[in-house]
Amino acid sequence: MKSARFAYERPGDLAALLARLAEAGDGVKLMAGGQSLGPMLNLRLAEPDRVLDITGVPELRRAAIEGDTLVLGACITHADIEDGRVPDITGGAMARVATAIAYRPVRNRGTIGGSLVHADPAADWVSALVALGAEVELASASGRRRLTLERFVTGALDVALAPGEMLVAVRISALSPGAAWGYAKHCSKIGEFAHAIGAVRIEPDAGRARVVIGAIERAPLLVPDPRDLFGGRIGRDFGERFDARAAEAVLRQAGMTDAVARHVHVTVLGRAVAQAAAPRPSTALPPSPTRTVSEAA
Amino acid sequence: MTDASPLTEGVGARLPRKEDDRLMRGRGQYVGDLRLPGLQDVAFVRSPLAHARIRAIQIPEAYRGQVFTAADLADVQPIRAVSGLAGFKVSEQPVLAKDKVRQVGELLAICLAPTRAEAEDIAAAVVLDLEELPAVHDMQAARAPGSALVHEHWGDNVFLETFVDVNFAAALDAPIRVSRTLSTGRQCMAPIEGRGTVVHLDHRLDQLVVHTASQMPHIVRNGLSECLGIEQGRLRIVSPDVGGGFGYKAILLAEDVCLAWLALRVGHPVRWLEDRREHLTANANCREHHYRITAYAERDGTLRGIDCEATVDSGAYSAYPFSACLEAAQVASILPGPYDFPSYRCRTWSVATNKCPILPYRGVARTGVCFAMELILDAVAAEAGLEPWVVREKNLVRADQMPFDNITAKHFDSGDYPEALRRALAAIDVEAVRARQRTPEPDGRRIGLGLSIYCEQAAHGTSVYSGWGIPMVPGHEQAGARLTPDGGLELRIGAHSHGQGLETTLAQVAHEILGVPVSRTRVVHGDTAMTPYSTGSWGSRVMVMAGGAVAAACRELADRALRIGAHLLQADTAACRFEAGRVVGPSGDIGLAQIAHTWYRRPQDLARDVDAGGLEVTAGYKPQRDSGTFSYAAHAAVVAVDPDLGAVEILDYVIVEDGGTLVNPLVVDGQIYGGLAQGIGTALYEEMRFDARGQPLASTFADYLLPGPAEVPEPRIDHMATPSPYTQFGVKGIGEGGAIAPPAALANAINDALRPLGATMLHAPVSQHRIVEAVLEARAATLARPREAA
Repeated sequence: MKSARFAYERPGDLAALLARLAEAGDGVKLMAGGQSLGPMLNLRLAEPDRVLDITGVPELRRAAIEGDTLVLGACITHADIEDGRVPDITGGAMARVATAIAYRPVRNRGTIGGSLVHADPAADWVSALVALGAEVELASASGRRRLTLERFVTGALDVALAPGEMLVAVRISALSPGAAWGYAKHCSKIGEFAHAIGAVRIEPDAGRARVVIGAIERAPLLVPDPRDLFGGRIGRDFGERFDARAAEAVLRQAGMTDAVARHVHVTVLGRAVAQAAAPRPSTALPPSPTRTVSEAA
Repeated sequence: MTDASPLTEGVGARLPRKEDDRLMRGRGQYVGDLRLPGLQDVAFVRSPLAHARIRAIQIPEAYRGQVFTAADLADVQPIRAVSGLAGFKVSEQPVLAKDKVRQVGELLAICLAPTRAEAEDIAAAVVLDLEELPAVHDMQAARAPGSALVHEHWGDNVFLETFVDVNFAAALDAPIRVSRTLSTGRQCMAPIEGRGTVVHLDHRLDQLVVHTASQMPHIVRNGLSECLGIEQGRLRIVSPDVGGGFGYKAILLAEDVCLAWLALRVGHPVRWLEDRREHLTANANCREHHYRITAYAERDGTLRGIDCEATVDSGAYSAYPFSACLEAAQVASILPGPYDFPSYRCRTWSVATNKCPILPYRGVARTGVCFAMELILDAVAAEAGLEPWVVREKNLVRADQMPFDNITAKHFDSGDYPEALRRALAAIDVEAVRARQRTPEPDGRRIGLGLSIYCEQAAHGTSVYSGWGIPMVPGHEQAGARLTPDGGLELRIGAHSHGQGLETTLAQVAHEILGVPVSRTRVVHGDTAMTPYSTGSWGSRVMVMAGGAVAAACRELADRALRIGAHLLQADTAACRFEAGRVVGPSGDIGLAQIAHTWYRRPQDLARDVDAGGLEVTAGYKPQRDSGTFSYAAHAAVVAVDPDLGAVEILDYVIVEDGGTLVNPLVVDGQIYGGLAQGIGTALYEEMRFDARGQPLASTFADYLLPGPAEVPEPRIDHMATPSPYTQFGVKGIGEGGAIAPPAALANAINDALRPLGATMLHAPVSQHRIVEAVLEARAATLARPREAA
């Protein structure tokens, strides 16, 4: 398959890009790394009149720490994060998520912003960054706004972008001392899209947690009251208190009817929790298709 | 063997492949690399429905002259691959559908434009008016009365039914009787390079030149000539570098016929390059087998008999040249595999459905029958309370029985099958695995050990294929050998090398006889204008057949060189001998280069009665028996299964393989590695599923999963090398075996791992989802079981 004809532009600054975006209307697609849009164009699942390549805008390649927040431009690649070319305030959690995204050629070109805007439920960032409590910064010709990621990702392949608006940066706050991080995913084989994702950021001393069940064919599920998963309270013994039946009930309530899928998601979530509870971070990746990363920061 | 120095490049040498220099540097020349002036691209309008009546095809006015339908190809004959087996029903495959479409992806119109993208624009603008019919999507339902019919005039959906019964009733009183229903999924072959065809007219030679990625250029010429009504002399088929065949390129596609017709019609070069979506959804289908199998055995594991009903989903049409029934009919004759037992009954059906035609994929029916046989043997072992290897050891054909005619009259040429099993058991260390299984794994995974043994009939020839009666019956294989004036060697074969390493191994065969360095030997293949007729590269036949023909041609060349050399040495021919590339006389010797120089450049020095045929020979070859060589292997796998996620990790994989005399062990290892990768795909990942409307459910590699480097372990390979008594040097075909045994070995290993949980996997691929599903069902069954009184 070859793509249908489209016009291609690569603006050199953000103002020009936003201006073009504002005037272009419905038939425009932004391209960053092109790792999802490229195949969609070739399969003619997307037939835009115009593709605006956003990789020529310096601001979108910027990465910086502002106070206790890491700000990553939309065009930061997974490999930039994996290789440590951008700063980190997550104790390595971001790098470990990045390392297990698809395959290295995809990571070389694929971007964090592109992944979030594409909002494939099986992608890593949509789940991992919701668990981390990230925000996205959106810009249009008429101004800027911020949204939490769980409000930004509204469904499978669906995000809360207004016409003429684009994602310019991702804002990730630091993991507090004592916070624990666990991330597990399950794929049919290494590098493929996940069938199940579990991502947890747990602050036992504060009795708080953000628990995400991802790769569920809709926006990642941020468990409304994560204490339910730990017998009603979150403490330092959260690892022992994880209640698989409660997690199963959450998925049932969320409408997941396939018992096999529920079992796999609960298992993966349980492993993410176990990793968060593990006394030492496990840095070695197991040689199975289930890649897991954990961090106790 | 005493004088190693000059012949270290001969038969048995572990040489790196010559062809890899260009292939690994990206200098291979594939159909897609051709650039011809005036070339235009083709995209096809394909059926979006599996089964429908064609009411109309509307071509937008703007594209008149660029779109061609069945009405334009009225003079083109349909593709007919008829089997001579009694009762075979003929399907006629129109190269462009008319009246009816019978599979998703069937060709409806040819769209021609300067680029492929523009051709796809045109294809998207053509409007189809189709009346959807109920799709025949399940081969079992297809045989039931009242099913929709793929070919109405047949009255049913069965291409062919076969039946064999050898003394079956005698098995019925056996104390052990176990039955299983087993199946293998439908697959796509997925070579790295898809199909592709470029056709242009050579006005000088009045030839239509068809460049197509093919394993069998001469057979493509037969087929095209028949469909187009063009004499063969006006057709030249060139198969350049080919990026993997595996059976998919041993087929005459309707696309080939369309492109050849189109080039004649428009007069300029035309090209079609299959894309991956076409490959997955419209063209490449293989493997889908279903078995109901029962084993009868003694309590000690001795097999008394096997009873089987096998069904193969043959798809909508009979593919050229192998036909729609080769696979199922083969099942009946090869199901007994390497085992010796006295009673046998098998009934097979080749069933038509609204899917792509089934094509022979590496291993062809053997992968399915090995899966069925090896899983039922594990069931016998479980029933008898024996180790699975004990049941195999009891029933394997023994070395002292060789040569051996089995229950379906297959003639095993040589080998020691029990020894292969013993070596595999020793290498995998059964006791260590059993010990490990007794202790729970720290990560909760389950360990399992699986075995699988097969035999692979290869290079079977006239006597076998004339029985099938398909359009292609292999006879003698020929090879051309020509010394160049500077002492180099050119070999010409009609088969094709696309991963088999023939450019190296055939040079090694020649070197064994003529002593010409491998680096100075060129193997010419893949062009009907330059090579002798051959049925091509399939059935692991080329090293036996083309290798034998190269040996025959080189022996003839050596004899002619000997006579010329003797004259130049002023010695009697009888007093001279040919040795390591030189003619050695009583008082001196002379090399091939000088002999060649004399023949070509200084004919004044030749004897008056010199053989006028000179230093160019075409010789033919057939083994003493053409019933095929039988290579075989024992595979042993150890896996770790995560019962909650279904993930399977292959911890160890041992292959003890006997391919007869190995011309090049490195190339043989490569064949085994590649086959194993594909076998792992069949075992764990690859499946093309269809919905009830006959829609294929995968159209990209995101949904059709191939194993990657992380999923394919490095096997430990041990070679036995029992020569075949019937072939040159004792070689046997070994090209497919790696892909035959892994699904059975891995399924048996997974079942061994899951046995304590009560789950059994009976369908390949053993996907993660299926494992979790079976484990959950087994857990639920355990909970539901009423407690026995304590």
